[in-house]
Amino acid sequence: MQRKECLRAVYPQLEQSLVVTIMGAVAVELQGLGHRPNFFYLQHAMGLASSLGLGLALGLPEQKVVVLDGDGSLLMNLGTLSTMARSAPRNLVHVVFDNRSYLSAGNSPTATAAGADLEGIARASGIPRTASARSVEEFRAAFLGALDRGQLTTLVAHVDTSGPSDWLTDLGLLENRFQFARHCRSLVHR
Amino acid sequence: MPVSQANSRLLYQAMKGCGVRIVSALPESWLVPVIGLIAADAEMKLVQVAKEEEGVGISAGAHFAGVKSAMIIPNHGFLAAINPIVSLAHLYKIPLLMFIAYRGTFGDPYPWHTPGGTVTEPLLRTLRIPYEFLDAPDTLECRVRGALRLAEASLLPVALLLKHELMMEA
Repeated sequence: MQRKECLRAVYPQLEQSLVVTIMGAVAVELQGLGHRPNFFYLQHAMGLASSLGLGLALGLPEQKVVVLDGDGSLLMNLGTLSTMARSAPRNLVHVVFDNRSYLSAGNSPTATAAGADLEGIARASGIPRTASARSVEEFRAAFLGALDRGQLTTLVAHVDTSGPSDWLTDLGLLENRFQFARHCRSLVHR
Repeated sequence: MPVSQANSRLLYQAMKGCGVRIVSALPESWLVPVIGLIAADAEMKLVQVAKEEEGVGISAGAHFAGVKSAMIIPNHGFLAAINPIVSLAHLYKIPLLMFIAYRGTFGDPYPWHTPGGTVTEPLLRTLRIPYEFLDAPDTLECRVRGALRLAEASLLPVALLLKHELMMEA
């Protein structure tokens, strides 16, 4: 299963949500499908996309927030799972693309290549709903279910270890940051 | 020597009075009363993190949402959060209001706090993080208000160091 195909399958729903991604392949591939003012790509600070999504979900409880995380990033901040579980915002969907590799940092294997089970860790951390997907159809169904259900969900998508040929895009970091913040705040006054 | 309940309440009131509504925290003994007051306030959201660096991400998300936030951490937690302070808050111009228990300085009987106490201010200066002390009840509210105003105006992290003489009963 290609991560890019998963993103394509749920792109219409992402357009309706506040989306926070990690650095690397997911940021490049989502921008490749079409950047939107409601997409924020956290291009560093590995591990904190889910923390940022938590702050956003608590600050804007009427909005759906989607975090697109990765195995290497989540392994750097496993405590985020128990922290999210303690607050359990109903408007947060946490997707983890597990490609078993630090792909954008030289393609070395992560602990999931050695058997670490992120869905199991999420469940044991108290995340109320967890799922995993191995096909695009499974992913799409699980993602739409999580969005509709209104319950904090961690969805682990097992994807191929492949990605784009370059990690830079023409979207400036601060341009993305201010555009995203302006978009979020425009939602408050509606 | 017990923690000052009166000054913990002043700290909580100053934060709330400035409009802070989301607070991430990782407790240590000086911080337990103020964290308890926030937890009991239905108008504030307390996020109890497992490690202080999560608080930088939470504050970034809160800022995007237009909600004022703060971090309440011990100075060893500030050390733990340095990477995201640089690679998230500085990189993306995120305001952070950090309340840091200034352990390991004059009056602290516990030797394990001393190394962190010694490097806290040099690190704040190296990171060019503006900071001020909270050391007396009469200047507390004014300094909290000023710190938040600077953080929001400059879009930078700022720190308030909670000193022994404020946090402990005389």
